[in-house]
Amino acid sequence: MNELILSKRFNLKESHKLQTYLSTGGYRSAERALKTMKPEAIVEEVKVSNLRGFGGAGFSTGMKWSFLPKERKKPVYLVVNADEGEPGTFKDRYIMEKDPHLLIEGILITSFAIGSHKAYVYIRGEYVKSYRILQGAVDEAYAKGYLGKNIFGTGFDLEVMLHMGAGAYICGEETALLESLEGKKGFPRLKPPFPAIIGLFGCPTIINNVETLSCLPTIIERGGKAFADLGCEKNGGTHLYSLSGHVERPGVYELRMGTPLRDLIYKYGGGIRGGKQLKAVVPGGMSAAVLKANEIDVGLDYESLKKAGTMLGSAGIIVMDETTCMVEALLVTARFFAHESCGQCSPCREGTGWYYKVVQRIYEGKGRMQDLETLMSIPVNMGGNTICAFADGAAMPFSSYPVKFREEFEQHIREGKCNPTKENHAYAYH
Amino acid sequence: MPTLTIDGKTITVEPGTNLIQAAEKLGIAIPYYCYHPGLSIAGNCRICLVKMEKSPKPIIACQTLCQEGMVVDASSPEVGKLRQAVLEFLLINHPLDCPVCDQAGECWLQDYYMEFGLYDPKFNEQKVKKHFKATPIGPTVTLDSERCILCSRCVRFTDEISKTHELGIFDRGDHSEIGIYPGKELRNNYSGNVVDICPVGALTDRDFRFKCRVWYLTSTDSICPGCSNGCNIQIHVNRERPHHAKGERVMRLKPRYNAEVNQWWMCDAGRYGYKFIDKDRILIPERREGSLFKEEEWEKLLGSLASSIAALFERYEQNALGICLSPQLSNEDLFMAKKFFEEQLGLPQITVLSPSPEGDQDDFLIKSDKNPNTRGALALGLSKVSFEEIIQRIQKGKIKGLYLFGQDLLALLGESKAKEIFGKLELIIFQGSNQNATSKLAHVVLPSATYAEKDGTFTNHAGRVQRFWKALEPLGQSLPDGEILRRLASEMGTLLEFETPEAIFEDLAQSIAAFRGLSYASLGQEGKLLPDGGKVVARAVRHEKEDSRE
Ligand SMILES: Cc1cc2nc3c(=O)[nH]c(=O)nc-3n(C[C@H](O)[C@H](O)[C@H](O)COP(=O)(O)O)c2cc1C
Ligand code: SF4
Ligand code: SF4
Ligand code: SF4
Ligand code: FES
Repeated sequence: MNELILSKRFNLKESHKLQTYLSTGGYRSAERALKTMKPEAIVEEVKVSNLRGFGGAGFSTGMKWSFLPKERKKPVYLVVNADEGEPGTFKDRYIMEKDPHLLIEGILITSFAIGSHKAYVYIRGEYVKSYRILQGAVDEAYAKGYLGKNIFGTGFDLEVMLHMGAGAYICGEETALLESLEGKKGFPRLKPPFPAIIGLFGCPTIINNVETLSCLPTIIERGGKAFADLGCEKNGGTHLYSLSGHVERPGVYELRMGTPLRDLIYKYGGGIRGGKQLKAVVPGGMSAAVLKANEIDVGLDYESLKKAGTMLGSAGIIVMDETTCMVEALLVTARFFAHESCGQCSPCREGTGWYYKVVQRIYEGKGRMQDLETLMSIPVNMGGNTICAFADGAAMPFSSYPVKFREEFEQHIREGKCNPTKENHAYAYH
Repeated sequence: MPTLTIDGKTITVEPGTNLIQAAEKLGIAIPYYCYHPGLSIAGNCRICLVKMEKSPKPIIACQTLCQEGMVVDASSPEVGKLRQAVLEFLLINHPLDCPVCDQAGECWLQDYYMEFGLYDPKFNEQKVKKHFKATPIGPTVTLDSERCILCSRCVRFTDEISKTHELGIFDRGDHSEIGIYPGKELRNNYSGNVVDICPVGALTDRDFRFKCRVWYLTSTDSICPGCSNGCNIQIHVNRERPHHAKGERVMRLKPRYNAEVNQWWMCDAGRYGYKFIDKDRILIPERREGSLFKEEEWEKLLGSLASSIAALFERYEQNALGICLSPQLSNEDLFMAKKFFEEQLGLPQITVLSPSPEGDQDDFLIKSDKNPNTRGALALGLSKVSFEEIIQRIQKGKIKGLYLFGQDLLALLGESKAKEIFGKLELIIFQGSNQNATSKLAHVVLPSATYAEKDGTFTNHAGRVQRFWKALEPLGQSLPDGEILRRLASEMGTLLEFETPEAIFEDLAQSIAAFRGLSYASLGQEGKLLPDGGKVVARAVRHEKEDSRE
């Protein structure tokens, strides 16, 4: 296994405590950054590090920070995206529960670099445990002076506030998140303006994912170049992959960027459960296009997966074995998107609901062959035509399942049921 | 100023112009639902998607501001496909109940479907059930949420214009639904505007619902007479199917855009204040004999009225006749009155009396002066004495005849005081469009036309002179006020010969300094400020205020 930087404390006893953190080198990077570095120098290191946001879009973090207006007429906010709603993704939760001070130190360094004195952490509504542990850690940090006034005696102040969402997936989209944080309904905003110019409460705002910020202590400790070298071309560092589904050893794996998908499943994940055959893999959370079993010789990084017609997204890898009914898998997926669309844009609001109903009919054995054409045309008309990337995220699985597994869809329509060698449909929708 | 190309045509526009506006200037219609020039950009309907060179994705024309060198494709078959797709999305859960929908005929779904839709429908599922079917959500508006396309125009209106925040979008996905916040109803002074801006039949006007199919309506540009703001409006009249609304002719008023006055909006008081045009009208000239009213021919009645006035002058003197002109009258009518009463008869006891007391106002459209032409009356210099002076002179027995223009003195003075005053008068002339307690006590009743039944101009609070056009024939035997005065003048042996209101205005603009240089042609559709910037009038207003304080 490669060197661990994000998950190295996960297996320590009381890993979430400040004491554990300090005894393993914690807060030294922050101290160095605040005491010896200029904010611009930190931004420069982050650029060199090739750190790319782990929230799903893979956008260069250093570049994002440099979009902030040079002239500061208003306060700057840092917002931490801990909504982690992408199905199949559970890495941010591990960081918050196993090593919360790593995130806090990352927040501290980032706030200093971008000139923010207030950071909000927007935590997924269901993550009550993460919230409690992170709040405990924040309290410890305040008590020891790592947060609050005059940190490390440098005169730098930082407040950190935790805010719990209410369970809407769309509130993970950064501008819906800002709306929600402002107390409004989670409707994504039209861009431009981007949050770096007009964000939270009308002020310049940087939004980063939990994992993204948790890389900061390492970048400061070793320098941007060394961090970049940990990864592959254009993708700095390591990455937490959430592996779930029909594998022997599901869980969070920290691996070098670009690790082959086959290795993740067979080498690290122990292969398919019960020695069964692999059928399909979703490599980047539910919003990614599905891959067939013969398409897994691909590197887990942004460029390679894009070339393969899918995406790394949130690096939630969902593995499906030969017993899976792909119509059912798509039904679950479609239901999710129909349920979670915020409903602003006509194509997304109507398209997700329509698509779900068609898949449902096929699943129930009432499909018609022309339904497959409808399943092809709806995502084409949704993707790229909306306010936020949710519709693109829905369009990817929508347009890949019925193509890659067309046989199974046709069989469902012809025979009104699955191939008898497969297990029975298990999914009860409501 | 950026120069760009849309569908191969080049145009240079003001900075800040969006692609919809720029295309419009080139005669290219990009469809839109959620966009409204008076509201913030929501960008949610996506019907305005167009393609642009160097942009990998289609862009929305409503949000995209013109920039130098843009090359936009707004009409190619691919763009047409984008529109078709959006229309199909909007229609899959739509009830398609056009035959029973009040919006039919002015529905943007119908219109765009015919223009950009015409696809083979693929939808074969159950439609989503929504909660509000023909549900009143306040005193003026009914909601039918299954027809709603969730463009959020109504929500933005209540957030940004009326600032009353009653409406919101509730739930998510295709269960999203327009609704009212708990414990609220859509009740504000501008509520009717949400019906105007709703592109579909989701929000309909409770007053107008099912009165008349819109294709039977004819529209005439006019000015709201409800207050001194002078909001630009359209009068919608049902000429073809009078039986549709029990013979009522005016079906509704709609605001008409005027950047300087009311933009796209009007208040509810103005919008629903049209009923008097068809209700409780005085239809026939009448003369009281004892306690009974006798209907008379115009000519006969005006002949005998002329004699009565002459007799009054003979018995007393010229200043025994008090004239209460009204700021509800047009500039043209008032100018006729000025010519007749002031110049020809030489009467000194002339005042301008509002038929209603001051009312509510706000910092948007609504003004406390509930008359459309107070500034016009003042600019014409018609307030020679105050109304209080006239009352005092009546009480002293100096004024024996009173000529009222629609005012109800019982309402203004209280019944006992009004009756006491009337007891001292030998001749009460009531010229007006609608009955009231005073018209029932007058000796002579002259039916006049409403603003909707004549051409003319009003001068609003800011000194803007604005034209209104005749939407209807005067009801019954009523006549425009100026015409009544013309006929009365000729019975009294003086001449007030004008062919048209336009000719009156021409004379007015020549002889009254405040109006100098204006003409119907120069006023156009949007009106014009009094040429001196309204300074003379402003002084007159102050003078009037001092008067009334005395
Ligand atoms: C529908 C949707 C849901 C999203 N959910 C999340 C989420 O749960 N967590 C997250 O970090 N980013 C999420 N994102 C991505 C954010 O919008 C944003 O790109 C990210 O937080 C930026 O942080 P990063 O640059 O560190 O990746 C989502 C995006 C979309 C379109
Ligand atoms: S794409 Fe979907 S989720 Fe995103 S803003 Fe539009 S309707 Fe909402
Ligand atoms: S009710 Fe009308 S204006 Fe309001 S969102 Fe629906 S369609 Fe738009
Ligand atoms: S504000 Fe005045 S002029 Fe405008 S609509 Fe209302 S009453 Fe009429
Ligand atoms: S008009 Fe542009 S998105 Fe609705």
